[in-house]
Amino acid sequence: MAAAAGALRRLVRCGPQQGLGRLLQPRSGIHGSAPAAVQVTVRDALNQALDEELERDEKVFLLGEEVAQYDGAYKISRGLWKKYGDKRIIDTPISEMGFTGIAVGAAMAGLRPICEFMTFNFSMQAIDQVINSAGKTLYMSAGMVPVPVVFRGPNGASAGVGAQHSQCFAAWYGHCPGLKVVSPWSSEDAKGLLKASVRDDNPVVMLENELMYGVPFEMSEEAQSKDFLVPIGKAKIERQGTHVTLVSHSRSVGHCLEAAAVLVKEGVECEVVNLRTIRPMDVESIEASVVKTNHLITVEGGWPQFGVGAEICARIMEGPAFNYLDAPAVRLTGADVPMPYAKVLEENCLPQVKDIIFAVKKTLNI
Amino acid sequence: MRSPSLEEGPPVTAVLTREEGLHYYRTMQTIRRMELKSDQLYKQKIIRGFCHLYDGQEACCVGLEAAIKPTDHLITAYRAHGYAYTRGTSVREILAELTGRKGGCAKGKGGSMHMYAQNFYGGNGIVGAQVPLGAGIALACKYFGKDEICLTLYGDGAANQGQIFETYNMAALWKLPCIFICENNRYGMGTSVERAAASTDYYKRGDYIPGIRVDGMDILCVREATKFAAEHCRSGKGPMLMELQTYRYHGHSMSDPGIRYSKKDCVNLLYWLIYIQGLLSG
Repeated sequence: MAAAAGALRRLVRCGPQQGLGRLLQPRSGIHGSAPAAVQVTVRDALNQALDEELERDEKVFLLGEEVAQYDGAYKISRGLWKKYGDKRIIDTPISEMGFTGIAVGAAMAGLRPICEFMTFNFSMQAIDQVINSAGKTLYMSAGMVPVPVVFRGPNGASAGVGAQHSQCFAAWYGHCPGLKVVSPWSSEDAKGLLKASVRDDNPVVMLENELMYGVPFEMSEEAQSKDFLVPIGKAKIERQGTHVTLVSHSRSVGHCLEAAAVLVKEGVECEVVNLRTIRPMDVESIEASVVKTNHLITVEGGWPQFGVGAEICARIMEGPAFNYLDAPAVRLTGADVPMPYAKVLEENCLPQVKDIIFAVKKTLNI
Repeated sequence: MRSPSLEEGPPVTAVLTREEGLHYYRTMQTIRRMELKSDQLYKQKIIRGFCHLYDGQEACCVGLEAAIKPTDHLITAYRAHGYAYTRGTSVREILAELTGRKGGCAKGKGGSMHMYAQNFYGGNGIVGAQVPLGAGIALACKYFGKDEICLTLYGDGAANQGQIFETYNMAALWKLPCIFICENNRYGMGTSVERAAASTDYYKRGDYIPGIRVDGMDILCVREATKFAAEHCRSGKGPMLMELQTYRYHGHSMSDPGIRYSKKDCVNLLYWLIYIQGLLSG
């Protein structure tokens, strides 16, 4: 337990200035004998994706609070205003409903805006523009008016920011036809999904995680390329396993991998599925995994009722994988309370590594 | 009438050619007939759901269109049938859409409130939501640098929406080529303007945005005011606000049986104007 907690503390580093992407090798020109993988933080991966897409297509621009001269509230857009100027990187007043509508209108008129919410909690002020204006227009116009906008920003719990700043919106946006919803975990996810989202002609909601921004991941040479995309709608098997399927998204994927590392010492091999996309959900990958392992646990930070885990369980029941379950599917979720402030309370309101280990053992009856 | 931030107003005289007069008249009459027919079809339950009719306000949509180019952009709320027509959708496509047929302009998937055309962005059901959208379209106009503008319409009821004030701020800050147009037909659904607004000077509500009040029943007033506002926007001076004072003859929608009195009829007004000027006969 202590080892798991220690590993967890190492993995997750809070604070805005962590992990400026230490490059271990030069990125181009000089090739060693091994593939030139580098350590890149999620923040830097997002920054690269933004830079590359802004450079690639004149119609792409970024708007939001503090994205320009402040370099981004979480420094995701660091350096971009200096490089691209006022036309492409636009600081907005604190007017979510207004600037979100402006982003959507700009998309309708042929531009490709990236609309940043400082956190997705503030997107609630603008949710009508996201769902009714962006999400539904292509359908209502019978295909005449596409809305190629990306809404992005940190989602879910942070560290001690209190109830109004900690909500997870995966279920809210995942509920709506007309929107695509993605939720990256690693740097590769973040970069590839952001690039894919910008190039997608549909409105895409990209749910990042503030606590992941400073976390470094190894990025392969392929992932460093300017045309590296992660397909929307396809999950990734982060760890192969045979005894139980752990399905998760965003930060919880890391917790699942931590739990798997502990459980392997007891002979339990967990298969960890990183959803990457909430909508359209890659049910086939989950089904294939459940057919193999016969046990399913979903792990998420959001509230239990009507959540991502609830949807996964329902879909498994409705499909062929149900016949392969040896135990009821289990949802691990955030606690059904507004997020408290005190550290010990907050930690216990989110699924921890020990909770995942406990759930696996209970499901496997060991 | 104009707000103090404008030094000059639109011209007080206009030139109307025979071709123009007859074209405007035909267009307004077509919309009038189309809306009255829609009223009938709704009562026969052939049109379902919501149906917000535009009869009475025809001088607004025809006057606006007369002042802009097809390459300019326009967005409005749900009382949109007139605009769908002036922006290029045929009567057939509009009625087919209203009656849920695949020959409708949105293949029957949109209905009364969601009709779109080239450079016409609907048809929007959520009161006030179209206003930030319109400013976004104006942002795209400025971004692309093609000398286009966006006309962003809303009603007297919507004028009290917070998102409109957020939009005024950003449009003025960024000098977006957007004409905000308040179609004041005196009633927000069933509520008269005096009961909804602390200030019914809708043309002044934009505060730092120059505004003018226009007789929306007189098509030439609408046309000339819009030309003036369009020139203002195209010259890079930023947004303008126009209040068009008008009337609707039906209730808010077909569910509203309200009878509104109006002594003015904009279609008749134009008819008599061109008659008096001797334009009808060659």
